[in-house]
Amino acid sequence: MVPLSWYIMLSAVMFSIGVFGFLARRNLIIMFISLELMLNSVNVSLVAFSHYLQSMNGQILVFFVITVAAAEAAIGLAILIAYYKNNPTIKVDEINLLKG
Amino acid sequence: MTVHQLIFIYFAIAMTGISLLVVTRRNPVHSVLFMLVLFVHIAALYLFLNAEFLAAVQIIVYAGAIMVLFLFVIMLLNLRREETEEKFHRQWPVSAGAVAVLAVFFIMIVSKIVVLPALGEYSIDAIRSEGSIMTVGKVLFTKYLLPFEIASIILLVAIIGAIVLAKKSTNS
Repeated sequence: MVPLSWYIMLSAVMFSIGVFGFLARRNLIIMFISLELMLNSVNVSLVAFSHYLQSMNGQILVFFVITVAAAEAAIGLAILIAYYKNNPTIKVDEINLLKG
Repeated sequence: MTVHQLIFIYFAIAMTGISLLVVTRRNPVHSVLFMLVLFVHIAALYLFLNAEFLAAVQIIVYAGAIMVLFLFVIMLLNLRREETEEKFHRQWPVSAGAVAVLAVFFIMIVSKIVVLPALGEYSIDAIRSEGSIMTVGKVLFTKYLLPFEIASIILLVAIIGAIVLAKKSTNS
């Protein structure tokens, strides 16, 4: 039997890598992918808790997380395309139209 | 060290390595393809955790829909210029420090985890007697009916929002 803390540790490592990718990369698409990575790591920990507590609530929550992730990816990429039409760059340090 | 633990160790090492590859590749197409490999690993991990239906949903929704959406968007944008420039912006050591602090925080949390005795009604045998999909469906359509409907509204908003944002403006 695999201990629960191993799953939580794996989830924490994946989440940290996702946070690093989100904070350090310049490419907006890879920032979105890092966001998906973070959501997936949380899903892993939720399913692990759900299994070890013999409850169904964690799995149901994962469904809603997947739904919101799909909506977020669609809206985020649409905003990215809309921005790219006006200003052809996807580097976050060059997207500075709101800078005072 | 049982077989389960050995298989889990393979998954942990592979998933950590693939995650690092995802956030460090220069070409976003490579990142997306490594992300697909990661999703397959996560789906296999869900099978270990007695969540067969979630494993199928992971493959269908994430690998089949979301990552294909990413690939289409990368195809729509012209990213040739980006491939020759710096991957990380200048402040990346600050973010590495922030992630290190976050990792210490996570280690402190994980060391405090108390595993409660499993008292829920959905044991492995209970799920196996009814089937994974039926168990999930019964909970989803009774106890979580209102959140389920709200999720459908969220998806509707996403559909309309994506169309409104991405379509050409006609009054220019």
